[in-house]
Amino acid sequence: MRQWLSNIYRLGLKELRSLRADPVLLFLIAYVFSFAVYAVATGAKLEVINASVAYVDLDRSDLSGRIVGAILPPEFDTPQEIAASDVNRVMNDGSYVFVLSFPPRFEADVIAGLQPSLQLNVDATAMVQAGNGSVFLQEIIATEITKFVAGDDTSSTLPINLIVTAQFNPNLQSTWFSSVMQVINNVTILAILLTGAALIREREHGTIEHLLVMPVTPSEIMLAKIWANGLAIIVAAVLSLWLVVQGILGVPIAGSLTLFVTGTVLYLVSVTGLGILLATFTTSMSQFGLLALPVLVVMNLLSGSTTPMESIPGWLQTVMQIAPSTHFVSFSQAILYRGAGLQTVWPDMLVMIGLGGVFFTIALLRFRQTMSA
Amino acid sequence: MIPSPVATLSAVTHRYGGTAALDDITLDVPAGCMAGLIGPDGVGKSTLLALLAGVRRLQTGDLRVLNGDVRDRRHLRACNHRIAYMPQGLGRNLYPTLSVTENLDFFGRLFAQPQAERAARIADLLRATGLDPFPDRPAGKLSGGMKQKLSLCSALIHDPDLLILDEPTTGVDPLSRQQFWELIDRIRRQRPEMSVIVATAYMEEAERFDWLAAMSDGKVIATGCPAQILEQSNQPTLEAAFIAMLPEDERRGHSEVVVPPRQDLGGPPAIQAKALTRKFGDFVAVDRVNFEIERGEIFGFLGSNGCGKTTTMKMLTGLLPASSGEALLFGETLDARDMRTRQRVGYMSQSFSLYSELTVRQNLDLHAELYQLPIAKRAGRVTEMMETFDLVDVTEVRPDALPLGIRQRLQLAVAMIHSPEVLILDEPTSGVDPVARDAFWQHLIALSRNDGVTIFVSTHFMNEAQRCDRISLMHAGRVLSVGTPAEIAASKGTENLNEAFVSYLEDAAEADAPTGKPKVPTLPSKAQTGDRARSRGGLARMWAFARRETMEILRDRLRLTFAFLGPVILMLTFGYGISFDVTDLPYAVLDQDQTTESRTLLEAFSGSRYFEELAPATSATELAARLRDAEIAIAIEIPPDFGRDLLGGKTPEVRAAVDAAMPFRAETTRGYLLGLAQSYMADQIERTSGEGVDTGAADIETRFRYNQAFKSVVAMVPSVIMLMLVLIPSMMAAMGVVREKETGSIANFRSTPVTRAEFLLGKQLPYVVIAMLSFVTLLMVAYGVFNVPIKGSGLTLVIGTFLYVLATTGFGVLVSTFTKTQVAATFATAIIAIIPAVNFSGLLVPVSSLSGSGQMIGLSFPSGWYQQISVGTFTKDLGFAELWQNHLALAGFAVFFVVVSILALSKQEP
Repeated sequence: MRQWLSNIYRLGLKELRSLRADPVLLFLIAYVFSFAVYAVATGAKLEVINASVAYVDLDRSDLSGRIVGAILPPEFDTPQEIAASDVNRVMNDGSYVFVLSFPPRFEADVIAGLQPSLQLNVDATAMVQAGNGSVFLQEIIATEITKFVAGDDTSSTLPINLIVTAQFNPNLQSTWFSSVMQVINNVTILAILLTGAALIREREHGTIEHLLVMPVTPSEIMLAKIWANGLAIIVAAVLSLWLVVQGILGVPIAGSLTLFVTGTVLYLVSVTGLGILLATFTTSMSQFGLLALPVLVVMNLLSGSTTPMESIPGWLQTVMQIAPSTHFVSFSQAILYRGAGLQTVWPDMLVMIGLGGVFFTIALLRFRQTMSA
Repeated sequence: MIPSPVATLSAVTHRYGGTAALDDITLDVPAGCMAGLIGPDGVGKSTLLALLAGVRRLQTGDLRVLNGDVRDRRHLRACNHRIAYMPQGLGRNLYPTLSVTENLDFFGRLFAQPQAERAARIADLLRATGLDPFPDRPAGKLSGGMKQKLSLCSALIHDPDLLILDEPTTGVDPLSRQQFWELIDRIRRQRPEMSVIVATAYMEEAERFDWLAAMSDGKVIATGCPAQILEQSNQPTLEAAFIAMLPEDERRGHSEVVVPPRQDLGGPPAIQAKALTRKFGDFVAVDRVNFEIERGEIFGFLGSNGCGKTTTMKMLTGLLPASSGEALLFGETLDARDMRTRQRVGYMSQSFSLYSELTVRQNLDLHAELYQLPIAKRAGRVTEMMETFDLVDVTEVRPDALPLGIRQRLQLAVAMIHSPEVLILDEPTSGVDPVARDAFWQHLIALSRNDGVTIFVSTHFMNEAQRCDRISLMHAGRVLSVGTPAEIAASKGTENLNEAFVSYLEDAAEADAPTGKPKVPTLPSKAQTGDRARSRGGLARMWAFARRETMEILRDRLRLTFAFLGPVILMLTFGYGISFDVTDLPYAVLDQDQTTESRTLLEAFSGSRYFEELAPATSATELAARLRDAEIAIAIEIPPDFGRDLLGGKTPEVRAAVDAAMPFRAETTRGYLLGLAQSYMADQIERTSGEGVDTGAADIETRFRYNQAFKSVVAMVPSVIMLMLVLIPSMMAAMGVVREKETGSIANFRSTPVTRAEFLLGKQLPYVVIAMLSFVTLLMVAYGVFNVPIKGSGLTLVIGTFLYVLATTGFGVLVSTFTKTQVAATFATAIIAIIPAVNFSGLLVPVSSLSGSGQMIGLSFPSGWYQQISVGTFTKDLGFAELWQNHLALAGFAVFFVVVSILALSKQEP
């Protein structure tokens, strides 16, 4: 047992040395945990922000002016007036997601109680903004019309006052979300690629054969890869959380960082195990790259780190339970945003351990098989 | 008459980093003869040959080859047509998955030979080399000797004027070696004007050359014909002459290898094989092999390439399980899982298998640790090994920077570090120079005689076999003969072991396939081919690479499957999986009022399809805890006296806390809540005041354009096509160049007339085709499964896609030219491509709403431009009129990536 641990330790040190000797990999690790996190967190936002609105005003009334005036940043860009003939063109080339058309005599018809139609064209290929943005716009328009009809102040006549508060992220800043999720996605990418590549490289260079004539077991070889690559990733990930996410982006982290790191260790064990498992199915780096890509993209996009888990069909949610990333995302969200403790996240941690064990066992069995073939 | 030299070097110096591989060399290499370069490892022989072949860039000095300056680009290009270069390493410039004929066909195409000429030449060459029985065998499955013959064929296919061979017979068995040189001789008889320059580690081979240059430490120490050299040094053999010529410090420590007689150590045999058999499928690699090796014995294992020596050795180390039969170690059945057995055995594999990223010392340290040497002894043993194997000067160097001979010494040091009782060495001296080989054998003999170590060693050198206590001859999986070297020689009635060995192999080969002596090929004369090759052929050469790349992909079924299945699986997953519809939000209520009024309000929530009610909470803390545990997404709190206040017109406050861990979901939720509240209030006002509120003063008619049903799938499908056509094609193309760099076949690009553009475009083309086919399958899935048809111009989409995959495969090729290893290329492609394609190309967030820097990133990668084409033609009924700028941008990317790749790739090695 002592020998087993010692071998794992020694072989792991060797992995770290190999990693240190590869400047390209080191650069890429630094890149994904610094610049890439920053760029994604600040660049791509799922919330309705800067949504582009154009309007056609054939009415030119007080009411239409009020409505346009109520469409404000940060949710919307200042609306731009366009000619009626341009509606199709601007929607086709994607320069505006929303186009609002006021018909002639709009205000007069409202006053006369004729219920005129106000047309809101939405580019429904921009799913994320189209849904929420159109709800917001309808709300703004309805409020303005109601105010206009009721002679402005209507709040006193409302029977209740519904106060909606956003917990854990009061201003609904997507940077808070996307920065941390980007770190998590990058952990997944690196864990799978690094360990898988480490195994394939040994096989391609014949060094694995060399190890196997020594008093070293396959489990030692694999565990060494897991701890060494896992360590490199966790150091990079924690640095990224501290320096980039907390430091530069100013995202507050609610829960215990220690608990988060513990969970990340478990996650890394399971996902590096998966990396090794994938590597045992392939014989060359080019095969491995092609197999790993779809796995990575699915694990990242369907884990709840990009779109809400509830939106995924039930059967697919069930399938995604075998992806460690699903559990890690729910674990991380609980700790980092909601400040949850162990009593909340232990089931996710348990599943990650279990999945890690399963991947590792299958990989070990396959490893023996593929080596003797 | 002395012909003018084929190559003239004056003051040529070549440095790698700080060390000079060639140090101020001035030399004339005579033309029309066999010129040999001899010398220990790492003296610069390979560098010199690479310079002559034009695959390495000349640094300082002047070099004229074939009567022209190699610095003259035009002359260099002409040289590519006239020189053939065979790099070091068994079949290193061959393509292992391609058959013998296909390999040769590829080389023929590189020289733009027409179909009929290629076929005739291939047939001739195969007949001449005796490869004609195996035209369809993949090169990777050939034995070492056959690989070298094939490699020679590929070098001879264009009738070179200068043939440059870098250690062509290293690691090749004596019979194949003999056949190899006979072949060269026959070809030279037929084309006497051809010059041949060879580097070799076999001195007995060097004796048959017309002219020799002996090198040491980057300098030429002697030139002349073998007889002259023998005369100068006053030695009987070239091997001895060479050693005598070496500078004093290099010769130091060298002495004649003497094998003292062996003493019987008693005990059970160290190694026993009993009917040991190994099958791979139908192929019997090792067939009922029997032998016994006594303790302390040096047992030599000889045999042709691919006869099963390595397989037998692997079974003895436990690396491969035996199919049947038994291997015994010290009288006990070998148990591969028994760690104690492994402590007793040291193994050195044929190819270098240490960590090239660790230094010499680190490699030794690692093995000392893994073999569990006591900590106190570890450092001492490592130092001892470094001294014994003369590695002290290179302790901090990484093995890949060391010459082969030193690397082999390191491998032996590693195999010896734990003082094993049995050493299994698979061709340990292959490619090692005579001095180093002798030193190596001194170690082996000392180990055997002084420490009683049993040594099981395979070799192709007969003088090494001569030093063994006993040897066994193996052929085609069977042991032909076992005995002392003298017995073996006597059994065939020959003078020496080499002849006996060749005779055994010839008999065995005769039995396998009775064929006569190979006929001399009748190659087309030079005049026939001549300049024609130069005038034609850019397209032909590009096509040669494209064709070869395609064949390689077609042979790699796994890769092909991933390439087509991966995108389809992803499209299905995304089509079904990515959705921005938020429904079934779990919520819980803390109703502190419990009146009819509060229940009416709550009914508004429970009736909505967006919400799903869970058990009510009993306290505010509980509600908060459930929100934190993500059990609920919304916590609704109705204050006490809600009903009274409502009826009293006091506008009671109702609080709803939304889980905003995911801002997008929270925003949607808030929209739903406000909408519900509004309709509730309208009802409420109507009920209390009896008249409707005029919220319907105007009708907001929302039209979801391009996707009336507002289904995520309609928006996702075009975007997934965008994503798939960047990830998979760029990943495949990224392996193209870097794989050749790693395997060494890049030498073919450097030494043949193919230009950089032909090479890169040829490599790119198959991936463009695969990507277009993949696009067709994605279209079928889009239409067949998701019912998403193309509304706009199909032609616009197809042309846009073509430009897009040109750009994405070009991106892969670009990555490939900049990286050195496949690992790095995989990483770089995955990481550089995934981030802009997923985040900044309109997959999730429309480009018009990206922040400034996000937009910049999006626009500086092809995906963002193609996404508009894809979405525009699928959903928006657009055509060229609206999208031509995007096409232009994609074409620009394609050209840019390819041009930068061409500029970044250098035809000559630095």
